[in-house]
Amino acid sequence: MRPTVRFLSDELLATILGEARTLLSKLGVEIHNEAVLTLLADHGAKIDVENRRVHLKGSLIDQALASVPSSFALYNVLGEQTHDFSGSNIHFTPGSAAINVLDDETSTIRTPDTRDYIRYAQVVSRCEHIASQSTALIPADVHERISDSYRLYLSLLFCEKPVVTGAFTIEAFPIMRDLQLAVRGSRESLAEKPLTIFSCCPSAPLKWSDVTSQNVVDCATMSIPVEFVSMPLAGFVAPVTLVGSLIQHTAETLSGIVISQLTRPGTPILYGGSPAIFDVRYETTPMGAVETMMIDCAYNEIGKHLGIPTQAYISLSDSKQLDAQAGLETSMGATLAALSGINNISGPGMLDFESCQSLEKLVLDHEICGMMLRMVDGIEPRDDVPALPRFEELIADHHLLISEHTRRHLRTEHLFPGPVIDRANRARWQEEGGTSLRQRAHREVERLLGEFEPSRLGVDVKADLTERMTVEARRYGMDSLPRCDA
Amino acid sequence: MDTLSDLADGVVNGDESKVSALTAQAIDTEGSAKRILDDGLIRGMTIVGERFKAHEIFLPDVLMAAKAMYVGLGLLRPLLIEENVDSLAKVVVGSVQGDLHDIGKNLVGIMLKGAGFEVIDLGNDVSPSRFVEAAKEHDASVIGLSALLTTTMPVMKSVVDEVRSQGLGDRVKTIVGGAPVSEDFARKIGADAYGFDAANAVDKVKTLVGKN
Repeated sequence: MRPTVRFLSDELLATILGEARTLLSKLGVEIHNEAVLTLLADHGAKIDVENRRVHLKGSLIDQALASVPSSFALYNVLGEQTHDFSGSNIHFTPGSAAINVLDDETSTIRTPDTRDYIRYAQVVSRCEHIASQSTALIPADVHERISDSYRLYLSLLFCEKPVVTGAFTIEAFPIMRDLQLAVRGSRESLAEKPLTIFSCCPSAPLKWSDVTSQNVVDCATMSIPVEFVSMPLAGFVAPVTLVGSLIQHTAETLSGIVISQLTRPGTPILYGGSPAIFDVRYETTPMGAVETMMIDCAYNEIGKHLGIPTQAYISLSDSKQLDAQAGLETSMGATLAALSGINNISGPGMLDFESCQSLEKLVLDHEICGMMLRMVDGIEPRDDVPALPRFEELIADHHLLISEHTRRHLRTEHLFPGPVIDRANRARWQEEGGTSLRQRAHREVERLLGEFEPSRLGVDVKADLTERMTVEARRYGMDSLPRCDA
Repeated sequence: MDTLSDLADGVVNGDESKVSALTAQAIDTEGSAKRILDDGLIRGMTIVGERFKAHEIFLPDVLMAAKAMYVGLGLLRPLLIEENVDSLAKVVVGSVQGDLHDIGKNLVGIMLKGAGFEVIDLGNDVSPSRFVEAAKEHDASVIGLSALLTTTMPVMKSVVDEVRSQGLGDRVKTIVGGAPVSEDFARKIGADAYGFDAANAVDKVKTLVGKN
């Protein structure tokens, strides 16, 4: 039996959905994109032109929901399947788009550069429990207008895993599309084997900007999967109650689904989000708050009810450093997400309200991911019954250390975490240096970097990527790209 | 790969039938039992110990390797006696009086044998005088004391005192271990060493007998 957790009763879930549909019908959603307004009008949506509000009838929502795939897969740069977004399968993705990196040597944050990004991609490539990379850092050593596409370029160059990413502008989409086409070879191949997921974020409350709604359309046109990242802030730009925020999240996400599916029915999507409560003491949006996690898990139930794979920013922390708070918030989120069956769990490595990535935290979180993947495998009988022979063996031999049963099941029943997790007795821990978590994590980062093996993506494809990115950089006045030799 | 390297490899993989066959083959071809022991069986266990310490393999792998090693050692023993080959040293081990737990002590015994020591296992609930008498009787160089209970730890001091009072302190060293035991405790009771786990105990015993 897969362990699971639920927060919503069937009745409450139906109520939230019903209220969200009423909001979309009566109040509508504000959309700042002419093409999207036209698209929706063409499908019979009532448009309040002056206020750019679109009223979505229940029938239009149902039409969109009917064409959403109930599952889809992701593939790495080599075309090998890495993800199965179906049922309660879980996959972990590092937190994305940090504007800072925590420098372990100085214990201070700074803006990341190309070297930081490459180190990040190299570490992720060695983390077996983290299935995808995200464009986790925003490199500051390139023109800001290419900082989104440049991240994707570096990811495709240095790590084979598929990429959770996003475009900051409408103009960035073509190059981000073309980089993927360079890897896959054709539009059909890219549609057949998706390489990326684009995060598309409505603005709270009930609003789509020109850029994000166009991103939804552009992705749908290319059959590129999208994760909708609705961000109601409970008590600020959303009702203070969790149910109220869930109604808003549902309405915003449904509106995105309508845009996506009317553009191209069958476009794969993740029913995602990054909601949070608003901490009125500090004016912050704590991702480590238990109520934030409860909203995440609850909207996951709504997505699952609608038959759509899900995503959440949930295994991350608001702490400023790699400390106990970082561990507890991340593991609490990861545990709830895993038990909830959120298909794409975003967050590892992230600190400080989704603004700061830490490689040392990433390798700690990698261990958490491994534990969660083990946990959802659940408790299953493995040659355990009848029990009598095993216990006769135990009584006779005084231990089962070399029992055939032990040797057969040890490595599947017990997860052996890496060196970041300390399980030595005190004397051995002392003899091996008496290291702190941070020291072990740093050592592990360096070990993984030392083990890095270059991506097996073809040399000619890598050269093509570089050529395309260089041309794009020149558009914004850069003569050349930063050195990429890490 | 030559026969003895192959034999070491068989030990590393816990392959009893391979170790048995290769030991028999080596006895026919190699001539020296001591060489077969050192460059085949003990060399294999040394590799196992190193890989265990590096977390590359786990305790069951070590015990399987030791089990395979004993198969080879059984075939080799008559020849070792013929050649007057001594073990590294003799070690008396046991759980102290009042303590019926012996899994940790057994592990240490297995690992010590794997490293080439001769082990005299007195079992559990062993009185101080029995430890000392056994050390004298077998001419042991080391007494290994195990305790799982805080209530039985004081018996370790009694054994250490008994060794000293009988004037054996120069030739019989003591090592203590077990879940509640610490380096600090070992120092306080005057024990010569403390092993924090079975592999560490082997290292410490080697140091005590000057074979490290």
